[in-house]
Amino acid sequence: MNDLFNSFMNAPDEKGRFGIFGGRFVSETLMPLILQLEEEYERARTDESFWAEMDDLWTHYVGRPSPLYFAERLTEHLGGAKIYLKRDELNHTGAHKINNVLGQILLARRMGKSRIIAETGAGQHGVATATVCARFGLKCVVYMGAHDVERQAPNVFRMRLLGAEVIPVTSGRGTLKDAMNDALRDWVTNVRDTFYCIGTVAGPHPYPAMVRDFQSIIGKEAKAQMQEAEGRLPDTLVAAIGGGSNAMGLFHPFLDDESVRIIGVEAGGKGVDEKMQHCASLTGGRPGVLHGNRTYLLQDDDGQILEGFSISAGLDYPGIGPEHAWLHETGRAEYVAITDAEALEAFQLCCATEGIIPALEPSHALAHVMKIAPELPADHLICMNMCGRGDKDIFTVARHLGFEMGSGA
Amino acid sequence: MTRIERRFAELSQAGRKAFVAYIMAGDPDRDTSAAVLKGLPDAGVDVIELGIPFTDPMADGPTIQAAGQRALEAGMTLAGVLDMVREFRRGDDITPIVLMGYYNPIHAMGVDRFLDAAKDAGADGLIVVDLPPEEDEELCLPAQAAGLNFIRLATPTTDDARLPKVLQNTSGFVYYVSITGITGAAAAQAADVAPEVARIKTGTNLPVVVGFGIRTPEAAREIASVADGAVVGSAIVKLIGEGRNPEEVLAFVAGLAGGAHRA
Repeated sequence: MNDLFNSFMNAPDEKGRFGIFGGRFVSETLMPLILQLEEEYERARTDESFWAEMDDLWTHYVGRPSPLYFAERLTEHLGGAKIYLKRDELNHTGAHKINNVLGQILLARRMGKSRIIAETGAGQHGVATATVCARFGLKCVVYMGAHDVERQAPNVFRMRLLGAEVIPVTSGRGTLKDAMNDALRDWVTNVRDTFYCIGTVAGPHPYPAMVRDFQSIIGKEAKAQMQEAEGRLPDTLVAAIGGGSNAMGLFHPFLDDESVRIIGVEAGGKGVDEKMQHCASLTGGRPGVLHGNRTYLLQDDDGQILEGFSISAGLDYPGIGPEHAWLHETGRAEYVAITDAEALEAFQLCCATEGIIPALEPSHALAHVMKIAPELPADHLICMNMCGRGDKDIFTVARHLGFEMGSGA
Repeated sequence: MTRIERRFAELSQAGRKAFVAYIMAGDPDRDTSAAVLKGLPDAGVDVIELGIPFTDPMADGPTIQAAGQRALEAGMTLAGVLDMVREFRRGDDITPIVLMGYYNPIHAMGVDRFLDAAKDAGADGLIVVDLPPEEDEELCLPAQAAGLNFIRLATPTTDDARLPKVLQNTSGFVYYVSITGITGAAAAQAADVAPEVARIKTGTNLPVVVGFGIRTPEAAREIASVADGAVVGSAIVKLIGEGRNPEEVLAFVAGLAGGAHRA
């Protein structure tokens, strides 16, 4: 069993595969860049000075470590397992996204790239990228689906304040996947000076492994903090999944710990059924190839990609990181789906019991905690990743709750 | 010998350059698209590239993407594309057809099933944009084993160290992408292309055709004069997108072919 568990930490292989998932499915123009990135990342990863710079920025710029917080009233309210929240919503820019962006921007600087491009859905990754680019004086271009530009207006303004150029994407259907297509088109056109800062654990190798490594700070901290608080490992980890970077960051340091149950929560939208109004790639999709990797995708019988649907713009992606696809197939992690309505209920409960306004993404994780915690004993430890704060979502939530906000958004 | 290999052998013997034309299967609908396809050989097209529509064509510009969307909206599928090839073959058994697209629709059909069906329909080669040599085991090697050419793209970022890897499992011809960018973007200059074609030819005896950014008969002539042929896609697809009828489209294609053949 030990050997099997060791193998979870050794992925991906030299071809960038997690089992059959992952890989390098990109056009020839990009292939030399991907190989160069892999080489540079390998050099940085084993260079102490790279991590020393990261640590310094994590501490003084981002505000790490984020607290591991015992949610006492929530625990009481649900009447079962003891619930801890990993407070990554307290990071600078309000979400876990900046953990990864810092790593990639430091890498871009090492590679001498002067122009950074990124895709964004809800705008959190775009804001984090614009922030770090401002911090280092780099040119920043963010591709964002036209529909998302409209529903996430505050984040668009933030990015512009931070000096980024936000390009509304109207190609295809103008959503997150189309923003990623356009970012790839930009990259293929501006190969010499441009670094593509991907926001999640997807894309061609080495992105899934690299983004995971940068986000793993979440799980490493949580492990040490839980040890300090309870003197042992948590029993269950819960995190929300769009592409899956916050979840991979929490899960990865625990993959070897057999006793830890790992649960990823996908966006079930209006329900995971034949109407496909959801973003639950693992629960409702099947393996395919998109954006540089093989993974589970929402697609029709002809292999055409379907649009995701969720109340949360941050989960609105028809694929999922390849490592999650592999953890799903091997059974090491479980994946469930939560509907918009359940997430909205959890959002409100968190506000009322803990005085924390969560983003809609972790509200999905919390909704699953609400389902399982009451059935578990009082000494069962749940660690949930509160990966983002809800400021960006209050307009969406107000609309769903029938609250008139005026013209604020 | 595939139809592709035979065609290039004949062209070489005749001292002629190849004109390669791309259209998207099913754009704007099956019948119109089939009528254009059928007329391409008489318009002077030596090799046909038939696009497989895909929702997320990451290496293509807006023109080809819109064509794919039109085709999908009109109900085109990968099986439908193969059906068009089969129909074309009833009237033309010599003009090579290269299917060009992205991997996921093929992945969804299943590689073995796809290769059998493509061979059976009368396709001769494949260009799959998101399958670099690093992923040769996925489709390239099985395709060659099934007797289909697998045509690789070489690009300005393919440096000398990498070139042998790109050429290794390529067959039929090499498609040199003349710019770093997407289809339909900036125009290529023959002066920049010539040394690149020469560089590729040091590593292979295969014909090298050049595409991306060619829009006019004169540009087709200039590029073809420094290579074994020229490819035009977006400029043709743009006319189809403007609603021109097959006769008008084919007249434009004939002009481009004339340009390439004057080289």
